[in-house]
Amino acid sequence: MSDFFHAVTLDESQCKGCINCIKRCPTEAIRVRNGKTHIIAQRCIDCGECIRVCPHHAKKPIYDPLSVLDRFSYKIALPAPALYGQFHNLDDIDIILNALRLLGFDEVFEVSKAAELVSDCTRRMMKEGRLKKPVISSACPAVIRMIRVRFPNLIENILPLKAPAELAAQLSKQAAHERTGIPLEEIGAVFISPCAAKVTSMKNPLGCETSSIDAVVSISEVYPKLLSLMKEVADKPEPLSSAGVIGVSWGSSGGEASATLNQDYLAADGIENVIRVLEDLEDEKFTELEFIELNACAGGCVGGVLTVENPYVAKARLKRLRKYLPIACNHIGDSVPEDYGFDLPIEYSPILKLDPNFIVAFQKMSELQRIAKSLPGLDCGSCGAPSCKALAEDVVRGHAKVDDCIFRLREHMHTLVDEISRLEGYIPPPFRK
Amino acid sequence: MAMSDEIRLRFEISGDDFTRAGEASSSVKKELKKLGIDPQAVRKVAIAMYEGEINMVIHANGGAIDVVIHPDCIDMILKDNGPGIENVALAMQEGYSTAPDNVRSLGFGAGMGLPNMKKYTDEMQIETERGVGTTVTMKVHI
Repeated sequence: MSDFFHAVTLDESQCKGCINCIKRCPTEAIRVRNGKTHIIAQRCIDCGECIRVCPHHAKKPIYDPLSVLDRFSYKIALPAPALYGQFHNLDDIDIILNALRLLGFDEVFEVSKAAELVSDCTRRMMKEGRLKKPVISSACPAVIRMIRVRFPNLIENILPLKAPAELAAQLSKQAAHERTGIPLEEIGAVFISPCAAKVTSMKNPLGCETSSIDAVVSISEVYPKLLSLMKEVADKPEPLSSAGVIGVSWGSSGGEASATLNQDYLAADGIENVIRVLEDLEDEKFTELEFIELNACAGGCVGGVLTVENPYVAKARLKRLRKYLPIACNHIGDSVPEDYGFDLPIEYSPILKLDPNFIVAFQKMSELQRIAKSLPGLDCGSCGAPSCKALAEDVVRGHAKVDDCIFRLREHMHTLVDEISRLEGYIPPPFRK
Repeated sequence: MAMSDEIRLRFEISGDDFTRAGEASSSVKKELKKLGIDPQAVRKVAIAMYEGEINMVIHANGGAIDVVIHPDCIDMILKDNGPGIENVALAMQEGYSTAPDNVRSLGFGAGMGLPNMKKYTDEMQIETERGVGTTVTMKVHI
């Protein structure tokens, strides 16, 4: 899959070409062109801010329809812990897991199970001193993409372990294959996701060559179907759940960090807050911290764009649900299994560079500074770029013209009008009196 | 387009405002990454500059930073009109600080400012005069 796949699409008929999304994009990846917004694919990190902020609902997340289940002869549901926080008055996770089976899945493998394994590995690796501190969580794909394009110095701090959903797919498929003899390619691991960025992670993973996840369906689409099925199983759900407090806590911000059982941690959520923490980390301002959990969505995964419930309500529900669970139900053996780790290193993607050639980049930067000074500094967005500085950068990259600025255009017209009126009054020597 | 041999960025640092400290180094980082400068060099510049910014806020009631990017190096000139440094050799010692208690309670004033600035840069000079101010010049090769 190309590096340019993204889990957000534009419904052109809804897009008014306004500036709401271009102003909110944390990587300045959106421009308005010909009355519609356009995403610069290399810059997009799939954080979902544009989907959240669009008042016309023109930006839409991409995910698989539930009919994707028909593609597989053996279907495994991988519910994210965030799913558990979506339901009112629920006190038993098994009701959801049983309802998922009624929905057409042969097996349910909780992502929170894999999360407990990742937590166990993290604790082990930190204790053995194998990780560069502070360790940065690798669970949020938007954060990893942000680090990859903007914070190259922090790549080596990223926890080199697969995210729980990825690990859940890998483990459950392998186990199902060994147990049933069904060929791996006929087994479908379907992630029930709060997060559109996970769709990108499936098609274009970081840290591994190909993802074990076969499809990503949206919590918001599964939700109404589960509601009615849950009523059917509510009386006598078969016990299926096998994750504890630690696994379920991963669904909201702070869960992964507290599972390190280390007090020197920080957990930040919301992409703007995440960027501020990354900036400070890069400047080595937090020397005393051991673990950094970062989630692009406010509230953590419960704040994902594919959820239905207010993230803070969902977080409170997770807290209630996990109250009587054991601390953790899943542990690794004596050592960290090799296939839990990244198969491929994460590499710096210097897309912000003005030019591959340093001298040319240097010239472009000088020009950029000069153009930026000549612009009004209002950051009005009327040129289609999020700020005057972004327009200046687009100009030196050859994607825009200085006259795209309506203030500059007006100035230009004034000069022309002055010139015309001067010419109008000008009489060549033979006709002067 | 004529080849200019330097790019100049200027930042005014306001005194007693910790909330804005770090803005200058953050903004320089962005520019350096656009130039494609080696991430390690960017890191050195950012750390040294942030330490400098904090020093100016704590000790000198602000000042100005000029960052001059050359094709082979980055110069940072931090100039303030503060009280000056009484004993430069002492100030360069790790852990030595004259920061007041209210600043220390914010977690600053550990006495690592100037030593870190020296550690993360390739060259550093301090010119200081009591009652007149201090100019710190740092260079990072790229």
